Amino acid sequence: MALEIELISPVEVAKEALLSIQEYSLLALQSLANFFRRPLYAGDMLMQADLIGVGSLPIVVLTGLSIGALLALNSANTLQRFGGITLIGQLVSIGMVTELGPLITGLMVAGRNASGMASELGSMIVTEQIDAMRALGTDPSKKLVTPRVAATVFMLFFLTIIADLLGLVGGNAVASLLFGLDSRQYWSNAWQILVFRDVFMGLAKPVLFGFIISTIGCYYGMSTRGGTQGVGRSTTQAVVASSVLILVVDFFITKLIFAILGYR
Amino acid sequence: MATPTLPIGDTRVAHPEASQYAIVFENVAIAFEENVVLDGVSFRLEHGETKALFGVAGSGKSTILKLALGLLPPDSGRISLLGEEVTSMSEQELFDLRRRVGIVFQESALFDSLRVRDNVAFRLMEEGLSEEEIDRRVREALRFVELERTIDMFPSELSGGMRRRVAIARAVITQPEVLLYDSPTGGLDPVTSNTIIELIMKQRDVYKTSALLVTHRLQDAFTMATNQFDKNTNQLVPLPRGQQCEVPMSFLLLRDGKVIFDGNAHDLASSRDPYIREYIS
Repeated sequence: MALEIELISPVEVAKEALLSIQEYSLLALQSLANFFRRPLYAGDMLMQADLIGVGSLPIVVLTGLSIGALLALNSANTLQRFGGITLIGQLVSIGMVTELGPLITGLMVAGRNASGMASELGSMIVTEQIDAMRALGTDPSKKLVTPRVAATVFMLFFLTIIADLLGLVGGNAVASLLFGLDSRQYWSNAWQILVFRDVFMGLAKPVLFGFIISTIGCYYGMSTRGGTQGVGRSTTQAVVASSVLILVVDFFITKLIFAILGYR
Repeated sequence: MATPTLPIGDTRVAHPEASQYAIVFENVAIAFEENVVLDGVSFRLEHGETKALFGVAGSGKSTILKLALGLLPPDSGRISLLGEEVTSMSEQELFDLRRRVGIVFQESALFDSLRVRDNVAFRLMEEGLSEEEIDRRVREALRFVELERTIDMFPSELSGGMRRRVAIARAVITQPEVLLYDSPTGGLDPVTSNTIIELIMKQRDVYKTSALLVTHRLQDAFTMATNQFDKNTNQLVPLPRGQQCEVPMSFLLLRDGKVIFDGNAHDLASSRDPYIREYIS
């Protein structure tokens, strides 16, 4: 049997990409517009907040502690060489609050929840449950997308704060147990180095990342085609797209905040 | 059999004549990529009437139901549902109209993460009714399909036939003006199929609901055309030969995206069209 390869023109590929961006933008805007239209589905928001927030807590706790400890461990070697081991608290604090806390938490939640949303909504699409919902007079965007967006943005904000704190705890454990640094000095340095810009950056990022994770997860779920294989494809694409977008947006938001609020 | 066409206007509300009918299709066409599914389909469903849609697999029967409800937009033509022009309404406007219609999907399409109670009560919960009222009406709807005992079960714990009956309960709980059934007896054993057909007839004869019924089983539609549901005995009663045409039941046969027959059981049985003869034989 001869192998048949279907050739697709670059114009078609570009058209499809533009169409996907348009559909994603519409879904994202609609999810925000739904906050101003009743009903608000507070019960669904709470349920999603529980699934996304409380459900993600164990991995956020573990990664937060690990990243803080690793950051301290890796930087301690260099700092020791220059006699600056006491600066470890400052380094872990800046690193966790402005960058690693939001980024790692975002990536962890993306891996867990963007895939969950895409597979759940994708399964609902292929089993006609979304059509059934529309047929019953309920807007799936309001009932399914907006609660997930609200819950992810809200919970990622607090999960990031938890990850930041636990990162500092992990850094403190390494600094005091392995390098004999005084804990009070560590916490004092960690606290004093932070300025408004750092905290603002660290808290603005999870809001954006939460929006990216939920809208990308819902978009791939709602645009699922092709049965169970399609659900699998959507799930993978949701994780890849949300992770890449988080990294790209992270760079630009960091640059933007530095440009607006100034460099250290 | 050709159906007379309605004059085409510009307003969202369909032509006044359309409001006399539960559903009107006017030269509706739809294609999925290269595949033309419906090509100039026209028919009318009168209030209180049940119309059985026939055709080979892929002839566009299920597509007609989705088009009628505005779940799919047609490529051309006009569709009116309960006097409103579906084809010119936005999705938001359609949500209100859809609340007046019930649909039973081919694979039931129950929400698998919700219990039977919440599946059946979905519309009532959206309307914000009290828990007591919801419970009362859910039990009533489940009693209608004789599945009250399944109220706390999940759809995955039910058999195929039970899922269909729960889907019927979900569709009828608000007593909609129109019901759309997509192969409600497909793949089921004869006993369960008969139970479902009885429920559909009960809805037709007791509540006078208009309905489109997609089915592959001619015998189901002929049963519906030759029997009536007696609410006193809760059973089907065969109609005397002369009264069979009085039952609000019609047949519509699709072939190659076109309507090749639209009429009653008697006309279908006496048709000389070779394709129809082969189909019903």
